[in-house]
Amino acid sequence: MQASASASTIAMSAPPAEAARNRRDARNDKLFSWLLKACALLVLATLIGAAASTAWGGRDAFATFGWGFLVSDAWDPGNNVYGALVPVMGTIVTALIALVIAVPISFGIALFLTEIAPSWLRGPVGSAIELLAGIPSIIYGMWGLFIFAPFVAAHIKPWLMNNLSNEPPDGQVSWLVQHVPWIAKFFSSDYPFFGAGVLTAGMVLAIMIIPFISSVMREVFQTVPTRLKESAYALGSSTWEVVWDIVMPYTRSAVIGGVFLGLGRALGETMAVAFVLGNTFKFTPSILETGSSIASTIANQFGEAEGLQKSSLMALAFLLFVVTFIVLLIARLMLRQLSNREGR
Amino acid sequence: MAASHLYARRRVTNIIAMALSMLATAIGLLFLAWILWETLSQGIAALRPQLFTKITAYREDGGLANAMVGSLILNTLGILIATPIGVMAGAWLAEYSNRSKLGPVIRFLNDILLSAPSIVLGLFAYTIIVLPMKWATNGDITFSGVAGGIALALIALPVIVRTTDEMLRLVPSTLREAALSLGVPQWKLTVQILIRAARSGIVTGVLLALARISGETAPLLFTAFGNNFMTINPLDKMPSLPQIIYEYTKDPSPDINTLAWAGAFVLTMFVLLLSLASRLAFSRNKVSHD
Repeated sequence: MQASASASTIAMSAPPAEAARNRRDARNDKLFSWLLKACALLVLATLIGAAASTAWGGRDAFATFGWGFLVSDAWDPGNNVYGALVPVMGTIVTALIALVIAVPISFGIALFLTEIAPSWLRGPVGSAIELLAGIPSIIYGMWGLFIFAPFVAAHIKPWLMNNLSNEPPDGQVSWLVQHVPWIAKFFSSDYPFFGAGVLTAGMVLAIMIIPFISSVMREVFQTVPTRLKESAYALGSSTWEVVWDIVMPYTRSAVIGGVFLGLGRALGETMAVAFVLGNTFKFTPSILETGSSIASTIANQFGEAEGLQKSSLMALAFLLFVVTFIVLLIARLMLRQLSNREGR
Repeated sequence: MAASHLYARRRVTNIIAMALSMLATAIGLLFLAWILWETLSQGIAALRPQLFTKITAYREDGGLANAMVGSLILNTLGILIATPIGVMAGAWLAEYSNRSKLGPVIRFLNDILLSAPSIVLGLFAYTIIVLPMKWATNGDITFSGVAGGIALALIALPVIVRTTDEMLRLVPSTLREAALSLGVPQWKLTVQILIRAARSGIVTGVLLALARISGETAPLLFTAFGNNFMTINPLDKMPSLPQIIYEYTKDPSPDINTLAWAGAFVLTMFVLLLSLASRLAFSRNKVSHD
C-alpha cells in the first residue's frame, strides 16, 4: 500500500516512461491484492458453504419433521421416519466420555513435560505423544475394532458389569447397586461379552484427542513467566503447589480452550468410532450398549440413502456442523485471551 | 508438631501428584506403542509383493495397487488445488490484512476450519461437485476423483493458510523496508522476496497438509466413492487407500481383514514418514498445527 502511494507521488515528477511503469506497478499491485483477498475469502466461503449446503440438503427433513426431528428417537428407514435424538445423544455421550478420560491424562502429560521431566526427556516424549495425533483416524478405528473392543469385552466390561449392573455375569449384585439402584441403568448390557459400545468408542476417542489437548496445555504452560514460578519456588512451594496455584490460574482460560478444542475434535470424528459404536438406533442410557453417532451414521448410510433418508442425514450433518462450530468458537476465544495477555 | 504435620502432608500431596503425572504420560505412551505395534506386526505379516501389483477386484487374491494409485492421484489433486489458494490467502493475511477488519476475522475462522469435522466438508464437496456434475451429464458422471480431490483440498486449505501466514510474519520487516525503499512494488516484494524467504516454512505446511489429507477417509466415501479397478481418469469413481481399508475392515472375511492391515501399515508408514520429513524440513521455527 505504501509502495503504491509513494509510487504515485514520484510519478508526478518522473519522466514519461518511468511514470508509465509506476502506473503499471500501481495497477498490478491493486490486482494482486484483490486476487489474494479473493483467496482469503474462500476460507469464509468454505465455512458458509458447508453450513448452507447441509442446511439446504436437509430442508426436506426439517420441513417434514419440524422441531420434532431433534427430539424423536426414531431412525427407521423401513417406515421412512427419522429423528436425531439417538445419533445426537451418541455423539455427545461419546465425546463427554472421551473428555472425562482425556483431560486428566492430558493434564498429567503436560505437567510432566513442563515441570517434572528432565530436559533431555522432554523432546522425545513430547514428540512421541504428538505422533499419536499423526496416526490416521481409520487406523484408530481398525485398532479399536480388532484389538481394543475384544480387550474391553474380555477385561473392562465384565468387571464394570460385575460391580455396577443389575445382571452381573458372576451372578452377585454388588453392594453399590443394591443401595444405589439407578447406577445400574448406565451399565446394563444384553451382551456382556460384546466389546463394541458407547464406552469403547469414548475410550478410543479419548486416545485420539489426548495429543491435541496435551499439546495445547503444554504450550500454554510454557507461557507462564519464569519469575512467577521462581518466586513461588523461592517461598518454599512444592512443584504441585506451583502448578496448581500459579500456573493453573494464569493459564485457566487457555486450558479450557484446549479442552474445547479436544471436544470439537471428538464431536466430529468419524472413522475412529464408526466401527466400535455398533450403529444401532435404540435409545438407551447405558454406556455399555451399542449406539450411533452423527458422523458414523452419515458414513454408514449416506452412500445408499435416497430421498428423505438422505435429507435427514444432511440435516444431521448441519446439526453437527453448528454444534462443532460453536464449540470451536468458544475454544478459540478462550485460547485468544491468553495470547492477548502475552503481549502485555 | 503441627508444622511438621503440614510439611508431611504437602510433601505427600506433591509426591502423589508427580506420580499421577508420570502415570498419565506412561498411559499415553503405552497406547501409542500398542497401536503402532499392532499396525506394524499385523501389517508386516500381511505384506506381499502382490499388494503393489494387483488390484482390489481380485479380493483375497488381489492387492491394493489401484487404491494406492487412486490415493496418489487424489492427494496430488488436493494439494495442487489447495497450495496456490492457501499460499495466496496466507499472504493476504500476513501482508495485506493489517488495516482491514476482515483480516483477524478470517484468521480466526481459518483456525475453526482447521478443526471442522471432515465429514461435513465431504458433504459440502458432494453438494457443490457431485450433484451438479450428475445433473449436467444426466448421471454419466456422479462420484469422481475430481470431487474427492476438492474435498481433500478443503481440508488441506486451512493448514496451508495458517502456516503461510505464520511463516510470512516471521520474515523480518527490515527485508520489506529494504525492498520498498528501492521502489519494488508490493506484489513483487510478496512473490519474489517474502514468499521466497519463507519458502521452507511454506513447504513444511504443504507437507503437513499432505500428511493430514492422506489419512482422511470420511470425506472420500461420497465424493471419490471407490472403485475396484485401476483408474487414472479423474472423472471416474476413484478408490483410495483409506477407503479400501474402511471397506476391508468392515468385511466379515478374515483374509480381507488381513489385507486391510497391510493397507493400514502402508498408510501409517507413509503418513508418519511425511510428518517426520516436515519436521526435518523445518525444525527451527516451531508452529502448532492443532
